[in-house]
Amino acid sequence: MSKEVAAAAVRGSHDVVSRVEQRLQDAMAEFGEEQKVGFPQTAFYLPMACALLGEEVETLGQMQPVLEQTKSLLHEEPSEKLWLPYLSSALDSGIATLLAQEMLAALRYLYEEEPQDGWHGFISDTILRSLGIQLVDGRLPGFAAVIGAAPDVETAEYIIRELQKRSLLTFLIGNHEGQTMRDQLIEAHVLPDDILENPASGWDTYIVPIGPDTESIIYVLNWAMRGALTFGGLEKGDWKGCLDYTRAHIFAFGLGLGTIDDLKFASGAGAITMGAPVICDTEIPEIRPTGVCTYEALVRELDHDRIVQTCVDVRGVKVTVREVDVPVPVAPAFEGETVRRPDMHVEFGGKYSTAFEYVTMRDMDEVEDGKVEVIGPDIDTVEEGGAMPLGIYLEVAGRKMQKDFESLLERRIHSTANYAHGIFHMGQRDMAWVRVSKDAFAAGWRLRHFGDVIIAELKDEMGVIIDKVQAIITTDQNKIDELLPEAQAAYHERDERIGEMTDESVDIFYSCSLCQSYAPDHICIISPERLGLCGAYNWLDGKAAYEISPHGANQPVEKGRCIDATIGEWEKINDFVRRESHGTVDRVSLYSIMDSPMTSCGCFECILAMLPEANGFMIVNREYTGMTPLGMEFSTLAGTVGGGHQTPGFLGVGRRYVISRKFITGDGGLPRLVWMPNELKQDLAEGLQERAKELDTPDLPAQIATEQDAEAINDLVEHLQKVSHPALEMEALL
Amino acid sequence: MTAPEERSIDSAAQQMIDRAQQDEIGLAWDRYEEMQPQCGFGQLGICCRICHMGPCRIDPFGHGSQEGVCGADANSIAARNLVRMIAAGAAAHSDHGRDVALTMLEAARNPDSGYQIRDPQKLRVIAEEYGVATDGQSVTKMAEAVAEKALAEFGQQEGELRFPLRAPAVRVKLWRDQGIMPRGIDREIVQIMHQTHMGVDADYRNILRQGLRCALADGWGGSMIATDLQDVLFGSPQPIRSKTNLGVLKEDHVNIVVHGHEPALSEMIVEAARDSELVAQAKELGAAGINLAGQCCTGNELLMREGIPSAGSFLHQELAIMTGATDAMVVDVQCIMPQLAHLSERFHTKLLTTSSKAKMPGVEHLEFHEDQALEIARQIVSVGVENFANRDGQRVQIPDEEMDLIAGFTAEYVYTLLGGRFRPSYRPLNDAIMAGRLRGVAGVVGCENPQIPQGYGHITMAKELIKNDVLVLVTGCSALADARAGLLQPEAALEMAGDGLKEVCEAIGMPPVLHVGSCVDNSRILIACAEMVAEGGLGEDISDLPVAGAAPEWMSEKAISIGYYVVASGVYTVFGTPQNVLGAPQLHKLVVDELEEMVGARFDFEADPVKAAHMMIRHMDNKRKALGLDEMMYEQALPVAAG
Repeated sequence: MSKEVAAAAVRGSHDVVSRVEQRLQDAMAEFGEEQKVGFPQTAFYLPMACALLGEEVETLGQMQPVLEQTKSLLHEEPSEKLWLPYLSSALDSGIATLLAQEMLAALRYLYEEEPQDGWHGFISDTILRSLGIQLVDGRLPGFAAVIGAAPDVETAEYIIRELQKRSLLTFLIGNHEGQTMRDQLIEAHVLPDDILENPASGWDTYIVPIGPDTESIIYVLNWAMRGALTFGGLEKGDWKGCLDYTRAHIFAFGLGLGTIDDLKFASGAGAITMGAPVICDTEIPEIRPTGVCTYEALVRELDHDRIVQTCVDVRGVKVTVREVDVPVPVAPAFEGETVRRPDMHVEFGGKYSTAFEYVTMRDMDEVEDGKVEVIGPDIDTVEEGGAMPLGIYLEVAGRKMQKDFESLLERRIHSTANYAHGIFHMGQRDMAWVRVSKDAFAAGWRLRHFGDVIIAELKDEMGVIIDKVQAIITTDQNKIDELLPEAQAAYHERDERIGEMTDESVDIFYSCSLCQSYAPDHICIISPERLGLCGAYNWLDGKAAYEISPHGANQPVEKGRCIDATIGEWEKINDFVRRESHGTVDRVSLYSIMDSPMTSCGCFECILAMLPEANGFMIVNREYTGMTPLGMEFSTLAGTVGGGHQTPGFLGVGRRYVISRKFITGDGGLPRLVWMPNELKQDLAEGLQERAKELDTPDLPAQIATEQDAEAINDLVEHLQKVSHPALEMEALL
Repeated sequence: MTAPEERSIDSAAQQMIDRAQQDEIGLAWDRYEEMQPQCGFGQLGICCRICHMGPCRIDPFGHGSQEGVCGADANSIAARNLVRMIAAGAAAHSDHGRDVALTMLEAARNPDSGYQIRDPQKLRVIAEEYGVATDGQSVTKMAEAVAEKALAEFGQQEGELRFPLRAPAVRVKLWRDQGIMPRGIDREIVQIMHQTHMGVDADYRNILRQGLRCALADGWGGSMIATDLQDVLFGSPQPIRSKTNLGVLKEDHVNIVVHGHEPALSEMIVEAARDSELVAQAKELGAAGINLAGQCCTGNELLMREGIPSAGSFLHQELAIMTGATDAMVVDVQCIMPQLAHLSERFHTKLLTTSSKAKMPGVEHLEFHEDQALEIARQIVSVGVENFANRDGQRVQIPDEEMDLIAGFTAEYVYTLLGGRFRPSYRPLNDAIMAGRLRGVAGVVGCENPQIPQGYGHITMAKELIKNDVLVLVTGCSALADARAGLLQPEAALEMAGDGLKEVCEAIGMPPVLHVGSCVDNSRILIACAEMVAEGGLGEDISDLPVAGAAPEWMSEKAISIGYYVVASGVYTVFGTPQNVLGAPQLHKLVVDELEEMVGARFDFEADPVKAAHMMIRHMDNKRKALGLDEMMYEQALPVAAG
């Protein structure tokens, strides 16, 4: 019965708290209380203590009050008979365990014991942000924290495939009698051997080995908790808000494989307090009444065939399993998979052959839905490791289809092909590069399956605008030579049209409230010249999404009377934002950082921030982990933006906004940009040159500093003076 | 003479009743039998002695007088009698509340009073509710201001009481629309006395309407003030272990039994009984120590907050003296049988009255004053200790009956109970009801009455309810009866509850029957109902909830007042024996039928506790259906009616 669970959780919490107490005492003796402690790349100190207690722990000494509060949550074990209510003790023990595990982990970082070899350890804020859009658009419907190990390698593989099929991000934690799920999955070749050298590569396949002991679960849970602070916009210390948020918005669950000991029960109690239920494959007592979690709290499922479905049901995760009639599983979890040369059966494009993909619109009667025509030799005719040319030529028709959507559909080929397990796709248009793995080939993958999987996925995602799709998949060079010029002409024409599209040329912008499931007051406005801050949605995407789902997250917003063209403020945009932000934002400008800037949810690609000393702005992308001239890393900086709050001087943007003609025109435009990471500068080099030319400042790209020129503000100002950056001569920002 | 088993279902009581029969000592049951046949006019509510033209009585068979001398008919006579019972009950609870407020004022103003504020958090919450400044205020300043605000509610003449606003908005509106929102506590009681004076109100509906307003002034006024300020003063209860029944009296200890309803003195007696000098004195006299036990609701107050064992409920008061082991019985107010004076003379027990409102001829009176509380408490304990020397060991016969229990649940504690410190919430309770794990929640409360074998009504009903997945909240003598039957133990859920309730109790670690306090603490049940509505998913008003109330063994006027404030709050309520309205057909119909339209709830009368439980369950089923809730999760002992 649940009393045993409560008793175990109470014991587990006592154990971990006494361990952290001892370690903290030792560390204080060794380093003194001023010794810095913390995790890499987070703006939230010890995130659990920060969210639940409002404590900003930066030193060993500051851990002491957290430890005291943790100890006050410890309870007595429920008695054998005539017990006092124990659910509350168990939940308190859970919180105590999380707080203690977090301190323990921080101390391990101090002693450089973490991350352990071959394990990921702490999860940075940046990873949270970069996954943001996948969380909100349903590609990543939930998280599984697998604790322990499966009874055998086959079961481990089966369970992980079931999780992947449902696109659930899976964390591997702890062990069962020394055996870890990570090692089982390496043995099953689900995880590559080099996962040990680069555990972070697990993000690509949705399987991340976190740590080999139960305590490592804190990395997952204090990561989930940061969702409340970053996307939820909740205040540090608003424990009720944060815990309500994780229950309502973070679809996580624990999957306990093998023996559940006291510490696992105590950790589970912590997860349950956050609203994440725990499902186990052993004879544990169940806690089925709901209310702490949305549904049951603790459930046993002894049947491994059913266990993943049980997890999904108990957490109430909304997943769609893709049923496409191809020989390999298909799911977003496989999107990030790469197929390396030694594992490859055949490749198309890249350096070795021509490969292109093209979508064109036809009349309804010109398309036979689902038809896949294969022209040329199939992949069983090439030698293993060989190359072939490839043409993927799709013809679509639909009552709501528009010419403008062709490119949108075409871009979807990349992800849909990648969803197939064992298929790797990169690039687009006539720069596509595709590989088929040996495993996929052995499973029966042939050319027609490209057609099958792309048609099925396109119709699944875009079924509202396309009624019919037919595909030609060709490896015949003659056929390719025949089709390619038509495609290339279309690419060119599209580019021309997009290039002409300006914010003035349309009357309607699109809103995006996808992130409101995480940041309830945030609303994005997407215009032709300012794409969404996540970088994933441009104006055309918004338009198509509205066609697909008229009551969905993307709504057309009339601009109305222009109030100020320089900062990009319109009457009806203001009205809309005021309503959709639930009154928290009164005015919004599209092109200004300083005057009523747009809010951010938290999943921005880049942050623009004011540098008063330089009379300009810097931009930093989330991949950049170094220091910025503002004296903050991206992760710290990101903590100040987001959550749907307007923060003049700071703005979350998509990276391509930098090369838009409407780039912060309200604040002086591109000449105000004084610093950016080198990687970003290289990525945008072509666009920057073009814009600089248009602005008649051809030297500007060279004048914008990178970390190679300066990292500190003083050095930066000096550098800017040396290169005569135009920002220095502009009107004072403040 | 009826056999002991027909008088009480409690084996300890039976042993003492048996002893009394052997010793030819008359107990309440004997006096009840001697009283037979009881006056039928009184029972039917149609005897009027309000003025000196009478007494008048209405012939219930329609042959004789149908009007009193003044012309009042059966309905107005019965209605006047009924609401005067409400006034008396409301007065008893509310005067108790007033005394608590006065004690708090003393505690705030007099640093030497011996009282302190034990729950400053709750004080702060109430202070904010009353609009008292809290920022930077000392606890004593806040306490003083809150006590003054509370005291002002008694004499308030206009406006509305503050605590009724804790009810759901829809209910508050209903009270206002019906003109039954209480204005001042004393005012509503006084108005009943005026309205029912000879030659004032002859409209039974209008009379009852004022009865409802007065009852609300009790439940959401006087009683609630008593509960809340007692929590502030003496600490809010939390789950606590204790024992009950006559077996808690100890042969080798000085036994002091505190009986009545108010904790202000008895809390001090708890302290005095730990006084090392007094304990040493007891030991000098050959006792192993001083054993304090409660009875009735003074006992419940100490049980809830201090874990002091209870020596039993209302009908155990004489039996505690019958053990020959009670060295002192200290009484305050309410439900104290005058017979104790005579009975204590037949044993060595020293009976002490302590309230200026409750004296007995020939009984030593040691009057309680808030400003000398601890000193008086010491004197009282000292009387008990000294009297130990007079105990006749030969006559000591303590039944070997005691039962473990868990008490100490409150409406506020539910938050912690269901979520610990970080997930405090009523959600799991509402969820359990919505999902069909729990069929509903019942409040089973009230007295004991020799008309019914002691405990039979309470225990049988509670067992029937929990068997059908109904969570049961109990107070007063009902709680003590269930405690004797082991229903207040968490293990009872495993043995006696339906599968759904069992699952909930197992998850939480709680008994299926929750002790929420003394009879003024029925206000806690009102708050719990309001919290359930506020949590969401179970309708907009208390009358939407699948909940019901019952008083299966009621006898006092307080029970009537409680019944009416519960019904006026929207909770269907079943009384065991009928209220005194059966001689007045229209009033009867109003009470058991038409009240529904007026306040969304009504009464039923049913003496069979199983049938009564079924009526309550059916009511819950109807409410569940109206809310569109899920079907019951597990098979029910009493199946949900089809359609």
